[in-house]
Amino acid sequence: MTSEATVLNSHHSDQVKADQLKTARQARYSPGQSAHKFSLYLYPLVALALLLLVNVLLDPQFFSLQWQEGRLYGPLIDILNRSAPVALLAIGMSLVIATGGIDLSVGAVMAICGAVCANLLLLGDWSIPAVIGLAVLTGLACGLVNGVMVSYLGIQPIVATLVLMVAGRGVAQLLNQGQIVTFQNPDFAALGSGSFLGLPVPVWLVLLSLLIMQLLLRRTALGLFIEAVGCNAKASRYLGIDDKGIKLSVYLLTGCCAALAGIVATADIQGSDANNAGLWLELDAILAVVIGGAALTGGRFSLPRAVIGVLIIQALSTTIVVSGLPAKFNLLIKALVILLVLMLQSELFRNQLKAVFSFGKAHGGKA
Amino acid sequence: MSRTYLPLWITFSLVLVMFATGASQFEGFASLRVVTNLISDNAFLLVTALGMTLVILSGGIDLSVGSVIALSGVAAALLIGPYQWHPLMAFAVILPCAALFGAGMGALIQYYQLQPFIVTLAGMFLARGVATLLSEESVAIEHPFYDAVAEFGLELPDGGWLGATSLLTIALVLLMLVLTHYSRFGSYVYALGGNSQSAQLMGVPVARTTILLYASSSMLAAMAGIIFSFYTYSGYALAAVGVELDAIAAVVIGGTLLTGGSGFIIGTVLGVLLMGLIQTYINFDGSLSSWWSKIVIGGLLFFFIALQKLLSKKLQNKAGGHA
Repeated sequence: MTSEATVLNSHHSDQVKADQLKTARQARYSPGQSAHKFSLYLYPLVALALLLLVNVLLDPQFFSLQWQEGRLYGPLIDILNRSAPVALLAIGMSLVIATGGIDLSVGAVMAICGAVCANLLLLGDWSIPAVIGLAVLTGLACGLVNGVMVSYLGIQPIVATLVLMVAGRGVAQLLNQGQIVTFQNPDFAALGSGSFLGLPVPVWLVLLSLLIMQLLLRRTALGLFIEAVGCNAKASRYLGIDDKGIKLSVYLLTGCCAALAGIVATADIQGSDANNAGLWLELDAILAVVIGGAALTGGRFSLPRAVIGVLIIQALSTTIVVSGLPAKFNLLIKALVILLVLMLQSELFRNQLKAVFSFGKAHGGKA
Repeated sequence: MSRTYLPLWITFSLVLVMFATGASQFEGFASLRVVTNLISDNAFLLVTALGMTLVILSGGIDLSVGSVIALSGVAAALLIGPYQWHPLMAFAVILPCAALFGAGMGALIQYYQLQPFIVTLAGMFLARGVATLLSEESVAIEHPFYDAVAEFGLELPDGGWLGATSLLTIALVLLMLVLTHYSRFGSYVYALGGNSQSAQLMGVPVARTTILLYASSSMLAAMAGIIFSFYTYSGYALAAVGVELDAIAAVVIGGTLLTGGSGFIIGTVLGVLLMGLIQTYINFDGSLSSWWSKIVIGGLLFFFIALQKLLSKKLQNKAGGHA
């Protein structure tokens, strides 16, 4: 009897699933139904707005902006500026996750590229474009290692990128000979702390990367191919998509993004600290992508939503600082807020919330 | 040789090769002392990896284990130190609490259909956050019980010594071996990892199994934290950072598929031994600076995974005709 009930139940859930898939597909591919697409943006944006609201309540000056020496200053600009490295990582991570993979090595790649920059600048006879170019090449090389392991050797992405996560930090320490390498170069430092048209340079870098990637992915078929490979690699191979090449290319792009993040972080502190540069930022980047609504099983991505996810994480850190709580509460609050954001994305939880509220209303009405 | 056991045999032979390499290069490598030290040094990792194997077999992942190790260590140190509890009392409270924590994560994964990677990532922040809240400094443990446990053990010839924690670890390995391969719960876990929808249709209690399995992973991690506290005589909120990754690596080197449904407890034991042997080899060598040891560990990790992949592909192609 119970097994019969289970069968019926699962038929029912299959039906529900099919319906969900149908609506999802319609929303995705018919421009007429933009309502569903809007709701995908709704929950991350609501979460961000709530966090900003809490900040204003704690600090009335929170939205104030000052214009000093040709650039804007204020808490909001701080949030944008501080989230730049993770935002760059999250852009790459979105693509890797869209193919059903994951890249744990981006933090270590940041450290390697930072070490490359610092050491080249210390040598002195390298121009800044050359330094940046070599750092990006280093990032691409790291991406190549990951990509070949995942796509051509068929190693599971978590393990493949774990190799570089462990070894990469060692390589960065080797480049720095275990020291913190500092340099004096105002032009390079401007990449981290300078400003352009009133906004910090890192923010421009993020906007530029976002724009280029968005054009590359959505104005060509590349984005669709990536999502296809993430949905079903075998099926897309039968359709004539080079699934291995696609996987390799997303790890290359992620390596490139990690290199940019490493450049920004290194320029910001005018030095390279192989132990701590980018430490655990891969987790923040993954978290941001998921808060932005992507599934780790792959098949879809949205770069703007991933960046909103990054802003949520950074705004949260700022909120904790503004609230004046001791630093030891940081992780705890972060964990609780993340859980809340995740729960809000679960349809079941939203329905339960609705039920609770409507029950309260009905009850109140009667009384 | 059956195809199912192939990765197991490959990892086993790699362990032998690694041991033989060490023995041929360094005097005193091939001794019981090295073997028993291997067990006691990696006891906490092994216990953690046992729970991780269960979770990965079901197609999930548990990133919170490192933080749970730290949290249970800090909790034990505080209860024994400032609160003057008997250690056994403290353990009797900590282990069920850890199980509840894991069950909570399992429930979120099961009932709200959230992704295990992210739920346990939040669990990782949560446990580490609570540990930091309890104490930001390392808390030392001083208790006659700890001294008594440290003196208890089995004296073996050739300088070998199996301490209480090693014996406990071996007992846990045997327990998990039976639980995973010879119990109903174990077959439920495999069914879940194979295909959770078919498992549901076959009448596997999916919800109960999922919750139980994350509960046991957290409980084993707490056990590992207690073992770690016997090792260090202290509890520290920043201990065991990144152990979850070591555990995952050990499980994968042991031949368990991250997609779930295929793997063995004994493979995980071999995986931990292999990683421990690499570390022992580097310690014996002594000339490698800390960054070189990181690079070498990464390189060897790659080498073993790639070799395992290539060998199993080759042997499968050979046996492919009739399988």
